[in-house]
Amino acid sequence: MDEKDHLILHLLEENSRIPLEDLATMVEIDLDEAKARIKTLEESKIIRKYGAVVDWERAGDGDVTSIIALKVSPERDAGYDKIAERIARFAEVKTLRLVSGRYDFILLVKGRTMQEIARFVSEHIAPMDGIRETTTQFVLKTYKENGTPYDEREASERLPYSF
Amino acid sequence: MRNIVSERARLIPPSGIRKYFDLCIGMQDVISLGVGEPDYATPWKICEAGIYSIEQGITSYTSNRGYAPLCEALSADLAHRYGLRYSPDAEIIITSGVSEAADIAIRAVVDPGDEVLVIDPGYVSYAPCVTLAGGVPVPLPCRADDRFKITAEGLAERVTERTKAVILNFPNNPTGGVMGRDDYREIADIIVDNDLVLISDEVYSELTYGGTHCSPGTMDDLRERTIVLNGFSKAYAMTGWRIGYLCAPKEICDAALKIHQYVMLCAPVMGQLAALAALREGEEDKDAMVREYRLRRNLFVEGLNRIGLTCHLPEGAFYAFPSVESTGLSDGEFAERLLVEQKVAVVPGSVFGEGGTGHLRCAYAVGREDLSVAIERMGAFIEGLDRR
Repeated sequence: MDEKDHLILHLLEENSRIPLEDLATMVEIDLDEAKARIKTLEESKIIRKYGAVVDWERAGDGDVTSIIALKVSPERDAGYDKIAERIARFAEVKTLRLVSGRYDFILLVKGRTMQEIARFVSEHIAPMDGIRETTTQFVLKTYKENGTPYDEREASERLPYSF
Repeated sequence: MRNIVSERARLIPPSGIRKYFDLCIGMQDVISLGVGEPDYATPWKICEAGIYSIEQGITSYTSNRGYAPLCEALSADLAHRYGLRYSPDAEIIITSGVSEAADIAIRAVVDPGDEVLVIDPGYVSYAPCVTLAGGVPVPLPCRADDRFKITAEGLAERVTERTKAVILNFPNNPTGGVMGRDDYREIADIIVDNDLVLISDEVYSELTYGGTHCSPGTMDDLRERTIVLNGFSKAYAMTGWRIGYLCAPKEICDAALKIHQYVMLCAPVMGQLAALAALREGEEDKDAMVREYRLRRNLFVEGLNRIGLTCHLPEGAFYAFPSVESTGLSDGEFAERLLVEQKVAVVPGSVFGEGGTGHLRCAYAVGREDLSVAIERMGAFIEGLDRR
């Protein structure tokens, strides 16, 4: 990993559909080098996946998103990892993070209804060995996702010419 | 009736881009590469500081020199960033933009009849400011063959007994040229031997790609005769806040301060507090913007060369300065027809002095998508010329 790899990662994170020729020009390398570097980044799993930031509300999606905080008892030898692996296997869990503070894990969970999420938490997460406490917050509105603000503020108007 | 307007005001030429501006008005779907300012909004942390100052009722004058904590922070920042050493309470003035800083710097050193060498092509305000000060602007050419740097020969040829000062602007608007330490070394003896003042406008200093900005004020033999001008507009996307500054040895600074206090009194306090926040917290946002300009530069300059407009890789600022010589059109004709036929606004190079003739100034401080569309349209325009 060097500075150019970092730049490639930033550019791909910002727009994974960026034309390869443009990427190479911007990073100041030739096309073959760009391909080779991306391949290495993919193979080393630094690039995990290519995706899009989707405004699901705008897409008319009726899904409900919730943020669930968990307090757990870490296991001897495995610490938090083993329980994290179990939680991560559920398809409903979109994001799972170990965090500092009052709670240990923060989960982003998606479901069709609030009841479905409530059922998922009460039937699958809460009864799991080692879970001591859960708290569920439902997302009411998303203003910014993964660095992309959803508001449509117009850019301030600029005169066509200046010195 | 005698002339109502002063001779000095009459001597100043009208804006060279007026007619293109007039053509632009009312046109839809124009991609403008004519705007010499960042397309970013001021980073929010900086805006917050400005808003907070108003909320706190901090709306009064500051001292003429500027808000003391800003002068102190600036002094430390200049030392850290460029190795410039200026005392915050004797050698720095906060101004209303670099425009004002340039004006008071020129008026602080120029007497009527003094000749002032002005970089050509260069920012359009320098020569009129010299004229308004009663001086005589003399173009000091920098050429594409020299990567738009000032050469010792070029400088020596134009110095006369009446020459008082030299105005340079690196990284340069409109060419994107930069000067390194060796380049300044080459001209330093001429400046010293002829007892000249060097006015160095470095407002694009943070927009230096692939190298470190060199400020001539860091050179021992030049410091005593150098006025450094800089500001927050370009690096921190703060054009509308109008905060610039002037650094110079005490004697020059005292003279400039007198002019500043009589014409401006002080720079706006809200802007000064925002500028202080920029110094303290704006580094990351600034770096991200500079990184993006560099990416755009690479993309845009490659595109220009691909469509047949020869363009050196600018090493600073956010301007590309391609030659239109291959098209057989003058820069003015090219710019006008490109605007009318393809709705891309660029500035003819000759607006920036005779040295800019045959070139265009294209500001790549617009989004990458717009830059790609601009290249497509410019390519289509040139293809159309070939077919005729």
